[in-house]
Amino acid sequence: MAQLIKNRTATLDTWKTLELVEGETPENVELPTGDVIFPLAVWQARKAEIISCHKRIGLLIDSSERIEDVADDLDYFVIIAVNFPKFVDGRGYSTAALLRQRYHYQGEVRAVGDVLHDQLFYMQRVGFDSYALKDGKDVVYALQKGFTTFGETYQAATDQPQPYFRRRA
Amino acid sequence: MYKYDAIDRQLVNERVEQFRDQVRRWKAGELSDDEFRPLRLQNGLYIQRHAPMFRIAVPYGMMNSARMRKLASISQKYDRGYGHFTTRHNLQLNWPKIEDVPDILAELAEVEMHAIQTSGNCLRNITTDQFAGVAADEIIDPRPLAEILRQWTTFHPEFAFLPRKFKIAISGTKDDRAVTWFHDIGLHLQQRNGEVGFRVIVGGGLGRTPIRGEVVREFLPWQHILTYCEAILRVYNRQGRRDNAFKARIKILVQALGIEAFTKLVEEEWAQTKDGPATITQAEFDRVAAHFEPPAYEKLDEPELPFEKSFKNWADRSIHPHKVPGYAAVTLSLKKHGAAPGDISAEQMLAVADLADQYSFGELRVSHEQNIILADVKKTDLYELWQKAKAAGLATPNIGLLTAMICCPGGDFCDLANAKSIPIANAIQARFDDLDYLFDIGEIDLNISGCMNACGHHHVGHIGVLGVDKNDSEFYQVTLGGRQGNDARLGKVIGPSFAAEEMPDVVDKIIKVYIEHRHADERFLDTFDRIGLDPFKNRVYEGRAHGKAKAAQPEAA
Repeated sequence: MAQLIKNRTATLDTWKTLELVEGETPENVELPTGDVIFPLAVWQARKAEIISCHKRIGLLIDSSERIEDVADDLDYFVIIAVNFPKFVDGRGYSTAALLRQRYHYQGEVRAVGDVLHDQLFYMQRVGFDSYALKDGKDVVYALQKGFTTFGETYQAATDQPQPYFRRRA
Repeated sequence: MYKYDAIDRQLVNERVEQFRDQVRRWKAGELSDDEFRPLRLQNGLYIQRHAPMFRIAVPYGMMNSARMRKLASISQKYDRGYGHFTTRHNLQLNWPKIEDVPDILAELAEVEMHAIQTSGNCLRNITTDQFAGVAADEIIDPRPLAEILRQWTTFHPEFAFLPRKFKIAISGTKDDRAVTWFHDIGLHLQQRNGEVGFRVIVGGGLGRTPIRGEVVREFLPWQHILTYCEAILRVYNRQGRRDNAFKARIKILVQALGIEAFTKLVEEEWAQTKDGPATITQAEFDRVAAHFEPPAYEKLDEPELPFEKSFKNWADRSIHPHKVPGYAAVTLSLKKHGAAPGDISAEQMLAVADLADQYSFGELRVSHEQNIILADVKKTDLYELWQKAKAAGLATPNIGLLTAMICCPGGDFCDLANAKSIPIANAIQARFDDLDYLFDIGEIDLNISGCMNACGHHHVGHIGVLGVDKNDSEFYQVTLGGRQGNDARLGKVIGPSFAAEEMPDVVDKIIKVYIEHRHADERFLDTFDRIGLDPFKNRVYEGRAHGKAKAAQPEAA
């Protein structure tokens, strides 16, 4: 189990993520009940069914998937989990930035996968607000240091839409 | 020169503490080697063949004497008393200890320097023309916008883990001196109907797949450069290949999509952010530009320069026209024969700092040709400056000539290299040590890279030399006719590669063909363009069976 950080505190994850095993396809996988994060392909294949039997719906988007493809569905999702297959795969930063800046998505945006201490600061900046820190990593230290590495930033981003040069005294 | 404000200083100091903590956690086993690698690379730290290599940024090439003295002291305290200037405005130390790097960064921060994003798959150091702000042919000084771009690239949260490295170059002159056609983004400042803006070039690069960049926008008003770069980077970050590091640069994406489709994606992306908060304000431009106000030039006449042959030889090669009468920009050669091109000793760093203080308002620059520039020297001081530079081994009169070659550290230092490059450079310098002959040969760029990553820019050398590995032996492939500048293009391969010991002869033969064929006033490149590759090819492969390269003699231990 990854360790969840949300609103800058360690917290318990109440969401299950649907994972397809060998032989299962988005079309035939059994949909679990409860608060479930569905992979994008499952959502696309079973949208009506998911809406009819789930009050709270989550979406899992992988680094190679395009958020544009579900842009019209964003209101359905309480949470969107953006997967980092490897921490050096930086596509998820753009996904989160687009979700917040272009689509004005207000729900939870969670970093999942290879989520490490040293990327938390950037993740927070582009619009993530929860983080499934990788197993074995020090969640206490991450909370202590990971989000406050720098006290100021130059660029406009989700957390600070005004670049520093527009905020200078 | 730009001076840090409290925030600039705070960020660099916070970076030092961040890296200190990362090194500590790596040593404690809390960060794996794989997790640590991109973090150390983004602080310029490579783990190499003999020792770590540490790359310090000199943003857009601007330095002052205090920074140079600090580099001298760092190289003495933490390294072996010398450094190597690269082709992208960086200084590399070859022998630091990993554990010392946080302390080195802290010392650098004292003089407003850093190693931020000097390596790794991120936005790299911005480069420009070494004569920015003083060149007689300058249209617009690129430095204020280079600094604004530096700040934008620094810790950009969305683009810290790109498919591959990303390099931006800016030029503000008629003659491009920043190799802008061969960068991921190349920017040409220009004026159109009284408005200042950029021609935006994307997808150029040397390396394994050399490609000349293509124009993605002919004119972009300067206020939009950050939002426009962001649009380019976002398209690249999302669509650039991540399955194969050799196909991950933006040039491959641009080629795969075609420039029109790529441009359409960028323009669509930009339409969403255009005129947003990241649009540069006049107030910010003015604030930064104030740091680059011209120094207090005196009103001077053009003096007669002393007529002493060796001084004149040096002056002819080393002086670049200045926009202010009575002043000159002076290039100090780091291409002394027998030394590694681009290397500078701590003593030379101190000498250079003194010269900058005495003769050039305390400022200096580094060029992508790996030399030092004193940009604002009174012509009446040139003779005195020359004598002091000569004493410090910085006045080899070879700027622009055959022996002032661009050369990467090569197999002697670099893990990526297929072959050594410094011994080749030194062997060629030894062969062409006769100054009169060197002057007679005239202007010629000889560029050497120890592998296809092309740090020595071999593709754009008039003569390019590329180290290749064949069955564990080092060979050298030669190209002719490459060039930088407005008409930048790639050299043509002359034929099969050569063994190291053949290289001085090969270059000698190429030069002889030029001398035999040249018309009066023709430079090497002019003759090459007129007569083509064949006469050179025929000469260098004369007497060889089927043009095959000789087998390398195994080196004696």
